[in-house]
Amino acid sequence: MTAPDLQLDADGRLKHLLTIEGLPRELLVQILDTAASFITLAEKEIKKAPLLRGKTVVNLFFETSTRTRTTFEIAAKRLAADVINLNPQHASTRKGETLLDTIHNLEAMHTDLFVVRHPNSGAAFLIAGHVPPHVHIINAGDGRHAHPTQAMLDMFTIRAHKGDFGALRVAIVGDLLHSRVARSQIHALTTLGAGEVRVIAPKTLLPVGVERLGVHPYHDMRAGLEDVDVIIMLRLQRERMHGAFIPSAQEFFNLYGLTPDKLARAKPDAIVMHPGPMNRGLEIDSAVADGPQSVILPQVTYGIAVRMAVMALVMGGSPLPPRRPRRAALKEGGA
Amino acid sequence: MNALVIRGGRLVDPANGRDGLHDLYIDGQGFVVAVDERPADFPAEHQVVEAAGLVVCPGLVDLRARVREPGLEYKATMESEVRAAVAAGITTLCCPPDTQPPIDTPAVAQMVQSRAWRYGLAFIHPLGALTRGLQGEQLTDMAALDEAGCVGFSNALAPVTDTLVMRRAMEYAASFGLTVFLHSEDPYLHGRGTAHEGEVSTRLGLPGIPAAAETVGVARDLALIEQTGVRAHFCQLSSARAVAMVAEARRQGLPVSMDVTAHHLHLTEHDIGFFDSQCHVLPPLRALADREGLRRAVADGTAAAVCSDHQPHEPDAKLAPFSLSEPGISGLETLLPLTLRLVDEGVVDLPAAIALLTRGPAEILGLECGHLGPGATADVCLFDPEAEWVLQAETMRSRGHNTPFLGWRFRGRVVKTLVGGRVVFDAGAAPATDRA
Repeated sequence: MTAPDLQLDADGRLKHLLTIEGLPRELLVQILDTAASFITLAEKEIKKAPLLRGKTVVNLFFETSTRTRTTFEIAAKRLAADVINLNPQHASTRKGETLLDTIHNLEAMHTDLFVVRHPNSGAAFLIAGHVPPHVHIINAGDGRHAHPTQAMLDMFTIRAHKGDFGALRVAIVGDLLHSRVARSQIHALTTLGAGEVRVIAPKTLLPVGVERLGVHPYHDMRAGLEDVDVIIMLRLQRERMHGAFIPSAQEFFNLYGLTPDKLARAKPDAIVMHPGPMNRGLEIDSAVADGPQSVILPQVTYGIAVRMAVMALVMGGSPLPPRRPRRAALKEGGA
Repeated sequence: MNALVIRGGRLVDPANGRDGLHDLYIDGQGFVVAVDERPADFPAEHQVVEAAGLVVCPGLVDLRARVREPGLEYKATMESEVRAAVAAGITTLCCPPDTQPPIDTPAVAQMVQSRAWRYGLAFIHPLGALTRGLQGEQLTDMAALDEAGCVGFSNALAPVTDTLVMRRAMEYAASFGLTVFLHSEDPYLHGRGTAHEGEVSTRLGLPGIPAAAETVGVARDLALIEQTGVRAHFCQLSSARAVAMVAEARRQGLPVSMDVTAHHLHLTEHDIGFFDSQCHVLPPLRALADREGLRRAVADGTAAAVCSDHQPHEPDAKLAPFSLSEPGISGLETLLPLTLRLVDEGVVDLPAAIALLTRGPAEILGLECGHLGPGATADVCLFDPEAEWVLQAETMRSRGHNTPFLGWRFRGRVVKTLVGGRVVFDAGAAPATDRA
């Protein structure tokens, strides 16, 4: 079983979005283009494109999240789907219900699309492998493995501010070892043909053999930021001090925190990104986070359009132009 | 029971240096009495098993197989597993002490053996726990466990973190000439890892177990073996580097041996693909270079045995995200086929392959089995070396269908299995034990 087998149908259309790895470049571009068409929608007074009217979307978050869950919810509602948020945490597991039991029960309630976040790598793959063909899965983050919609909204941000990927030098900084966001970003950047991708961290926070993913590792942040066009900062969990990954917050900030003087090593028009939530004073200085080069807030806005695009693509193939809802669906979709 | 002649097969008996067409004479008590020359007192009334075109070899000895009793009967039962074993040509199984309760008292050790005796199929020899409750703190009553039939002592996959406890355990075992079976690993480096720390764990974001977890563990244990003089066996080594360390220790004359599992000889980290939980095993499937190192160890004799490390599971155990699934493969039925595959792939020749499943493990266990010379118990495996078949869940005999080898095409299939001269499995007759 390979990723494309599970994610794409026989015609090569996106059926589930589980990982960026293995997806063709054209499909990533299609996601970005579709998202662009939804951006203009957000500026209208009535922010609806009823592509998913009558469909049921379940946001199934086994791990807490504010930003991702909210933007998925807004995205689904703008597509006129019925949205249910479930936050089982580990309540069901404690009662002895397995992950697949939970899924099969929700499936029996005629869910069309699951947006799943889970603390273990591979959870979305497991689910996608066990649902009937008409049920779709979007991975909203599984363990350290993948967070494909986050990576796509980051790509959207880069394209919106910087244009062609081929000319770009991108640096990803911080805790790559534990980061599903970074893994998905790396696959997205290499697939879209980014000029160079650098990863910057001490060895304790870089997965072994990370260069096999097509990136250049740096341990010295100043050298790594030299002449880059895009800087992506990752969130560092404060508890990493306890696993002996880093000695202290101070030392980490001194070496790998993005400060104005380190930012000066990058190109003058370089943009600064962060998937959030930020630790100000740990991985990023407020002067940079709120500064003119920061595109951190636009990232959140783009997140809605990108998630709409992904939902529309997995549910209906090509969403443009919008299909007319069927009568039966209209009746159900009233609520 | 009738006397028996197995006639015209290719007898492969590495312990006695035999490989050729021979007739095997088995008396009414279930012992081999002669090869080729019919003894004068051999009864005129006897059964004949025609073995032309078949390989006749000692019943296989599996160094490590969980039969899940006592305590884990929801995964498999001893009955289901010994039936699967004999159908796979395995007549002797050694089971690790990680049952529930663990085999840390003579009562449990005796219960395991007497239950096996009840079925009268394969022999089961338990390993006793090295420490009470496998907790790594207090020694078990090793002499009593030895008396109760334990063939060695092991802490299974549970670590003995305290080096002083390990030293004492080895010293104590050495006092009575007992063998310790080691799963050498540094528990801190293992941490919460579930896959080999390498290319695949990096790609999939799976918590990694570095090869150094094994080499650090082996280095510690080698130092203690040297200090204590205990006879020790390293179980299921998975990394090329650790194998090289054991090979070097053997060259220096240390009383150590090692085995590898059949699956580590064929799979690598890449077989995990996208989170295939059937490839979740401990120690983890490692890099291609490690697999090559293990194959060299098998070819040059550093590893004297290949085992199944059989761990049957209920289906739910594998229906979870990779790291939450339970590790282990249901391996009895692929032990011989995967080892024969090494012959097809040019790693070893047939007699060497058979030795890895018979003489090798029997010597490690110190048991009088695994050979077919006159006087030996007639535990015999007959297989058709040319028969091709495909492993399918529906036809597996083990209760556990958890294996990454489903759909694999194998060459070589067991036709008959004898234990003590009695046919306990016959592919041509079903159900298998009716001819007993």
